Amino acid sequence: MATGKIYNFMGVRKLALAFSLILMLVSIGSLAVNGLKFGLDFTGGSLVEIGYEQPADLEQVRSSLQTAGFQDVTVQTFGSPRDVLIRLQADHDPKLGDKVLQALEDGSNQSLELRRNEFVGSQVGEELREQGGLGMLLALFMIMVYLAFRFQFKFSIGAVVALVHDVLVVLGFFSLLQVEFDLTVLAAILAVIGYSLNDTIVVYDRIRENFRVLRKGDAAEVMNTSLSQTLSRTLMTSITTLLVLVALFYFGGEMIHGFAMALLVGVLIGTYSSIYVAANALLMMNITREDLLPPQKEEGEEGEELP
Amino acid sequence: MLNRYPLWKNLMILLVLVIAGIYAAPNLYPDDFAVQVSSTRTTEVNANTLTQIESALQTSGIDTKDVALQEDGGALVRLGTSDAQLAAKEAIADQLGSDYVVALNLAPTTPDWLSSLGAGPMKLGLDLRGGVHFLLEVDMAQAVGQRLDVYVSEIKTKLREEKLRYRVVDHLDDGRLAIRFVDAEARDAASSLLLRTYQEFLVDSQDVDGDAWLYVNLTEQTIREIEDYAIKQNLTTLRNRVNELGVAEPLVQRQGRNRIVVQLPGVQDAAAAKRIIGKTANLEFRLEAGPDASRATTETYGFRDTPERTANLEKDVIITGSSVSNAQAAFDENGMPQVSITLDAKGGQMMSRVTRNAIQRRMAVLFVEHKQRTLVQTIDGERVEKRIPYTEKGLISLATIQSTLGNSFRITGLDSAQESSELALLLRAGALAAPIYFVEERTVGPSLGAENIELGTLSVKIGFALVLVFMLVYYKVFGLLANVALTLNLVLLVAVMSLMSATLTLPGIAGIVLTVGMAVDANVLIFERIKEELKNGQPVQSAIHSGFARAFTTILDANVTTLIAAVILFAMGTGPVKGFAVTLSVGILTSMFTALLVTRALVNLVYGGRKLNKVMI
Repeated sequence: MATGKIYNFMGVRKLALAFSLILMLVSIGSLAVNGLKFGLDFTGGSLVEIGYEQPADLEQVRSSLQTAGFQDVTVQTFGSPRDVLIRLQADHDPKLGDKVLQALEDGSNQSLELRRNEFVGSQVGEELREQGGLGMLLALFMIMVYLAFRFQFKFSIGAVVALVHDVLVVLGFFSLLQVEFDLTVLAAILAVIGYSLNDTIVVYDRIRENFRVLRKGDAAEVMNTSLSQTLSRTLMTSITTLLVLVALFYFGGEMIHGFAMALLVGVLIGTYSSIYVAANALLMMNITREDLLPPQKEEGEEGEELP
Repeated sequence: MLNRYPLWKNLMILLVLVIAGIYAAPNLYPDDFAVQVSSTRTTEVNANTLTQIESALQTSGIDTKDVALQEDGGALVRLGTSDAQLAAKEAIADQLGSDYVVALNLAPTTPDWLSSLGAGPMKLGLDLRGGVHFLLEVDMAQAVGQRLDVYVSEIKTKLREEKLRYRVVDHLDDGRLAIRFVDAEARDAASSLLLRTYQEFLVDSQDVDGDAWLYVNLTEQTIREIEDYAIKQNLTTLRNRVNELGVAEPLVQRQGRNRIVVQLPGVQDAAAAKRIIGKTANLEFRLEAGPDASRATTETYGFRDTPERTANLEKDVIITGSSVSNAQAAFDENGMPQVSITLDAKGGQMMSRVTRNAIQRRMAVLFVEHKQRTLVQTIDGERVEKRIPYTEKGLISLATIQSTLGNSFRITGLDSAQESSELALLLRAGALAAPIYFVEERTVGPSLGAENIELGTLSVKIGFALVLVFMLVYYKVFGLLANVALTLNLVLLVAVMSLMSATLTLPGIAGIVLTVGMAVDANVLIFERIKEELKNGQPVQSAIHSGFARAFTTILDANVTTLIAAVILFAMGTGPVKGFAVTLSVGILTSMFTALLVTRALVNLVYGGRKLNKVMI
C-alpha cells in the first residue's frame, strides 16, 4: 500500500502548535478587551433602515434626527451609500419607524422608503445570548459523545479541541475587526462547527484505518500518511465550499455579509485545524495502536465512561 | 458482475427523482401579486361582490389577470405588478367599504395538474416577502393576580356564610393571599374549610404579634393551569383580531411558556396592526349609583374626553365586553360615530333583568384599558426594563335608560369614526385574558424582501456554476457525473422543502448555497478513494467498487455529526435561523442520497459491467 507522496506534516507540529496558541491567545485577549460587537438581536433596542434615492448625507441624517429629538442615535450606511441604518436605544414605540421616516423626509428633498424596522426587547436579547452559548456547548458535547462512541475518547477530545480552536478564532476575528455579531453569525458559527468537524472526521477516519492497516511506523508517521492521503480531498472540499461562500459574500447582499464572512474564516481555519490541531492533539495525548485494538469492546466502554 | 445495479434499483432511483422533479416544479412558477377579499361576520362574498370588484377596478383603470371566487368563500384578484396590487387594494376597499376585509397577498400560480398532486411552492419567510413579525409576552403575574382577586371575594363570601370572623383578606404582591382572623379558633376552622373546598390551595397558619394569620398559596399545577388558560385565551383573541385585520396566511403561535409569535406577511402598516393586536380594551356596563348609596358600594370615574366631569357608579358590573356577540361601527342620525352591540343570550338576560328595575336611572359604559409604563433603569451598568402595569378606566357614555334593554343596543359618545370601528373590532374579537406587551418587532418592506430574493438566487446561481465548472475541470467524466448528481440534489432539496411546506428565509438560501458546496464533499471523498485504489494497482472495476464501499463509513460519520449541529441549531433557533437549520439538515440528507445512490447509479451506467483498462478521473 502507501503510494503517493507522504508529506511530513507532523514535522512542523511544534510550529503549528505555537501558531495555534498565538491565534487563540490573541482571540481570547481581544474578546476580553474589545468584546464582541453584538448586533440588535443580542443587545435589544431599535433599528430603522431607510432607503434613499441618492447617496445619503449621514451628517444631515444625524442632525435631522437630533432636531427631531432622537437621542443616542448611531447612523451608518448599510451595504450601499443609499441605504441608511439607524440604531436607537429608544423604548418600544409602535410608530418609531414612521416617526424617523418623517423626521428625515422633512430634512431632505428626496422621497425615502422605510425598508426595515426592528425592535428587540433587552430581555429577549439577553436570552438569545444565553441560548446561543448554551446551544454551542450542547453541540460540542453531543458531538463528543458521538465520537467517543464511534471512535475512541482521545479522538473525541481531539475533535472538540479542534472545534473550540475554530470557534475561538472566528469569534476572535469578529472581535478584533469589530464586525457586527448577530443571529446569522451565530448560525454560521454552528455551521462552522459542522463543517470543521466533517473535515476532522474524514482525517480521523483515515488515521483509525491506517493504525489498523499499517503495521510499521510510529504514531507521527501514521498521521503523516493519513493526512497526505486525505490532503487532496480536504483541499477539494474546502475549495468548492470557499467558491460558493465567495459567491455569497460578494453577491448575497448586506444582510448575510456577516454570515458569509464567519463561514469564510471558519472554513479556512477549519481546514487548517483538521490537519494541524486535530491530528496534533492526538499525538499530544500519546495515541497508540493499542488505543484502537480491539476496537469494538473498547469503543463501547469508553463511550459509556464519558460524563 | 461488478458495478451493475439491478434494474429495480435503477428504477427506484429514477422514480424518486421523478417524484422530486414534480414536487420541486411549482417553485418554477413565480407568484402573482394578488388582492384577497374576504367576508366579515355579517357579509358574504358572492357573484354580486365580484361584479362590484370588477367595476371598481375598471373605473380606476387597473388591469387584472384574473378575478375569481375561491373555495373558502373569498375572492382573489390577480395582478401583474405590485403597484397595480396596491392601487387595486385601495380601489376595492373604497368600493366595498368596511364590511369586507381586503388584504394584499401573493397567490401561487401552480398549474392545476401539479396542485392536484398536492404540490405547491415553498413558503417565503417574512425577510423575503415583507411583512411584520411580533413577539408578545403575556403578563403571567397579572393573569394569576386576576384569579387571586376572584378568590379573595369568594373566600370572603364563604367565611361570612360559615360565620367565621375575619378581619382582612388580602392579596399580597408575592402571589399569596393573607387572611387575618379574630382568633386562632376561627382560623383553624377556616383552614380546614378552605382546604376542603379548594384542592388547589396550600395553606399555612402563622401567629404574628398575637394575630392569627392564614396564608394561602396556589399549587404549582394550578398556577400552570392559570397560565395555560391565559395563553390559550390570548391566542384565540389574537387570532380573532388578526382575522379581523384581514391578513392572508397569518401565523399566531405560542412560543415557550409565556410568549406568542404573530407574523403578518404582506402587512406594511405595522403601527396599525400593533394598535389592534396589543390593545387590552374592554367595556363594563354599570348603573349610576343612587343618591343614597353607601360609599363602600360605589366608585367614581371621569369621562374620557372631559376628565373633570365625573360620575358616581355602582361597583357591581352588569356585563362586560365578553358578553358581546357582535358589534358594528356605524353613525347615528346626527352623523356621530356609534357602535351597535348585540349581546349573547346570557348577557341579554342579565341586561334586561337589571334594566327592568332601573328605568329612568342612568347606565354608564366604562372603557377599561390595561396599559403599562416601561421604566428603563441602569443597575450595576446593566440596562433593566421594568414594566409597571396599570389600568385606565374612563366613561364613554352615561345615558338614561328609557325602557328595558334587551339583546341589542347602541353606544354613543365616541370620539371619532376610527375609535368606533376599533372598539367594534375589539368587542367582536374579544378581550385579552391577560395583558401582553411587545418584546420583539421586525418589519421588512416589500422592496427589501424582493431584493433579498434576487440577491439570494443570484448567489446560488453563481456559487453553483463555479462548483460545476471546478468539478468538471478537475474530475473530467466523473466530475460531469457528480455535477448531474449535484443538480439532482438541488432538485431533491427543493422538493423536500416544498413537501414539508418549510419556510424559505434568507439564511435558508444561504443554507442552500452552503449545502451545494458541502454536497460535493461526499462525491470528492468517493472519487479520491477510487483514485487511490487505482494508484494501488487495483483493476478499474474493483477500484470503483471499493472506492464507494470504503468512503461510505467516512461519509456517514461526517454527515451525522454535521446533522447534530444542524438539529441543535433548529431546536434553539428562531425565525430565519431555523430556516437555515432546516435547509442544512435536509441538504445533508439529500446529499447523502445523491452521492451514495445517484452518483453510483450513474457511474454504474457509464462504466459498470465493462472491461476497462483506464478511466478518466
